Parts: sequence; C-alpha cells; structure tokens
Amino acid sequence: MKFVKKSPWILHYDGSSCNGCDIEVLACLTPLYDVERFGIINTGNPKHADILLITGSVNEQNIPVVKQLYEQMAEPKVVAAIGICATSGGIFAECYNVVGGVDKVLPVDVYVPGCAARPEAIIDGVVKALAILEEKSKDARKKTGK
Amino acid sequence: MNILMNIGFVIAAPIVGGLLTGVDRVITARMQGRQGPPVLQPFYDVMKLIQKESIEVNSMHRFFVYISMVFAIFATTILITGGDILLAVFALTLGSIFFVLGGYASNSPYSIIGSERELLQIMSYEPMVLLACVGLYYADRSFFVKEIINNSIPAIVYLPGLFIGLVFILTFKLRKSPFDLSMSHHGHQEIVKGITTEYSGRDLAVIEVTHWFEVIFTLTLVYVFFATNAPISRVIAIVICGLVYLLEIVIDNAFARLKWQQAFTSAWIITGTLGIVNLMILSYFR
Ligand code: SF4
Repeated sequence: MKFVKKSPWILHYDGSSCNGCDIEVLACLTPLYDVERFGIINTGNPKHADILLITGSVNEQNIPVVKQLYEQMAEPKVVAAIGICATSGGIFAECYNVVGGVDKVLPVDVYVPGCAARPEAIIDGVVKALAILEEKSKDARKKTGK
Repeated sequence: MNILMNIGFVIAAPIVGGLLTGVDRVITARMQGRQGPPVLQPFYDVMKLIQKESIEVNSMHRFFVYISMVFAIFATTILITGGDILLAVFALTLGSIFFVLGGYASNSPYSIIGSERELLQIMSYEPMVLLACVGLYYADRSFFVKEIINNSIPAIVYLPGLFIGLVFILTFKLRKSPFDLSMSHHGHQEIVKGITTEYSGRDLAVIEVTHWFEVIFTLTLVYVFFATNAPISRVIAIVICGLVYLLEIVIDNAFARLKWQQAFTSAWIITGTLGIVNLMILSYFR
C-alpha cells in the first residue's frame, strides 16, 4: 500500500516572495479549503515533511537555507514551486540579488504558476506531487530491494 | 481463557488508542468548522512513517524511543490485565524519562527545549498520579486493579476530589492544550513539536504508537474509578472514559497554551487542595 498518498506532510518555505503566495498556501489550511481532509499537515519541520512547498524566488542569501532544508528531509521527498516567482523569478527576476526560480538550486518536481497561485491550484499541485512521490517511493523500495 | 482475553486486550489497546486519536482529530476539525481527516488518518500516518527513511542523528537517539515504547506497552499491559497500579505508573514514568533522554540525545535546541519542558510536565502531573494510587489503596485496600474493580462500591464515591484532580492532569498526559508544552500534536506548534523535532520515519511512528498506549493507559485510570463487580458499572465506566476524552478535546480547543510556570503551579495547587483534602477526609472516616 502507498500510504504516503494518504498522509502527505508539508514543509512551507518562503523565499523572497511578496507574501502573496504564502497567504494562499496558508489559506489552504482554513475551513474553506481544509486540506487536512486529505491528511495534509503543515509540519514546519523538514525531518517530518514529505513535500517541500517553496513560494518566492531564490536569492543569494537563502540558497544555503533552501539547500539545507531539502537535505534534512527524509526520502522519499518532492519539491513544489508555488507561484510564478518560485518557478522563474517572476517580477523579481531582474533584481540584482535574485538568482531565479527554485529549480536553479533544487530539483523541482511540480510547478504551480499564478501570481498569486490560487489555493485550488496549490491543492492541485500537491495532488500532482503525490503521484510523483508515489513513483519515488516505488523506486526507493526497488533500490533497497524491499 | 483469561490469558487469551488479556492478550486480546493488549493487542486491542493501540488499535483503540489510534482510533480515539482519529476521532479526536475529526471532532477537533468539526469544532473549528472544518471537515477533518478520515477517522483512520492516524493509522495512515504511522504506516507512511514506517515506509519512510529514518534519519539517524546518533546511535543512542533512536534507541531511547524504542525503550520508551517498551515501557509504555509494559505499563499498559500491567494495568489492563489487572496488575499493580503503582508498578504500572512507575513503569510509564520510566518510559517518559527515556523519551526525555531521547530529546536530550539529539543535541538540537528544539528538542532540548522539549525535553526540559517534558521534565517540568512530569514534575507537575506525577504527584497527582501517585496520590490517586494512594487514594485507591485507601478506598479499596489494594493496589491491584483486579481487586479495586471488584468491590461493590466504586472508588469514585470515596475519591471525587482525586478523580477531578486526575482529570485535570490527564491533559498533560494526553498532550492537550493548555498543557502541551513539550510537544503538541497539532502541526507547526509547540516549538515545532519539541522532543520529536529530530525524529523521522520509523522512529516518529514509534513515538506515535507510544502515545496511543498512553491514551489507553490514562483512560484505564479513569475506568478504575468507576468499575465495580456489577457488569453494568463496567459499561458506565467505559461511557465515562469516552466523556472524559471528549471533555479533554473540548478543553484542547477552548484554551490557549499556558506558560510552564502557570501549568506547574496550577497542577500542584489542584493536587494540593483536591488530592490532599480528599485523602485527609478519607483517612478520617476509614
Ligand atoms: S508569484 Fe506573485 S503573489 Fe506569489 S510571491 Fe511572486 S509576486 Fe507574490
């Protein structure tokens, strides 16, 4: 059984965003969208999380932070870039300190476009991420021979 | 026959504990105007965690949670098979101490804060638990659960004060707000889950299952206060266990988390007044 699909725990990291997408991510937890219906929990702890949601672009300052968060997560794990800033840099792309989208530093699995990405789109992105997560856990099990 | 029944109880304990936490999550969600996860969600979580990678911080760190679970199982087994209540309480405390050591072992500031707060919590609730055991002995002249629940008068008649005090400190043991200082079961809370910060995968699953045993342990303590040799009282006792659990869920949702000083003093004041007064009155009449 693939239980990871039934209990995806999320870590949300805010890069250099305008906070628009952050609010939308948090809106998913409110009674209106209630992602806990799908067993989704916002953990705030990389060691407990399965999905890393990143909003906002990556800049010179937060590259080590993003990398460290990713490395601390237990396998299998996926990364979802939320909002156009996280996918390509968005309106901040030209800034002197902005490196670009999250995929400049981490292997991103799901891109959720939008400025700001709507909660429906974010939930959709998480569901896509779950399918990838399942693939990854299958591969991981094959590798370890279990 | 009896042995088989006892084995059945011990196997059923974590299942019932897990279901109770699932129901807890649904009721909590409904109270907040949400739909909430499926009732079986705690089981899905644990199964997922088992399939995940466990990150090893150091070799001791993992060992402590397993030991902690062994003691929790041991304590619950003693209690639900009608054994010595004092032994069960001490075994569970020992389990909690190992859990605290696990928090210290990882050297992460988050889990050390969790461990320190857990120690304060143990200090807050332990006197009341011990007084409850003493009270049960006063009332029924035995430390054996088997004998306590086979009297004709339920212990609650002699020990109403101790019972209220026990329900008060159950909030610590069930890790409910306002007393979930060391690790909260809500995501993103109590300093990002205190002691559990550095645990992942299978180890986190073990912590979760240990908590299920603790839930059953605490509810069994409630049960002991109401059960007598009449079969109907056993049913009533189980219903009351359910009501107490519901009350804890309501309290969890209705109160903000307290500072440790307030949690500590309030627990000791309740213990000091309700517990001691109840024991004094009892010793006067018996
Ligand atoms: S995509 Fe738009 S709303 Fe989201 S962080 Fe960037 S600028 Fe803000």
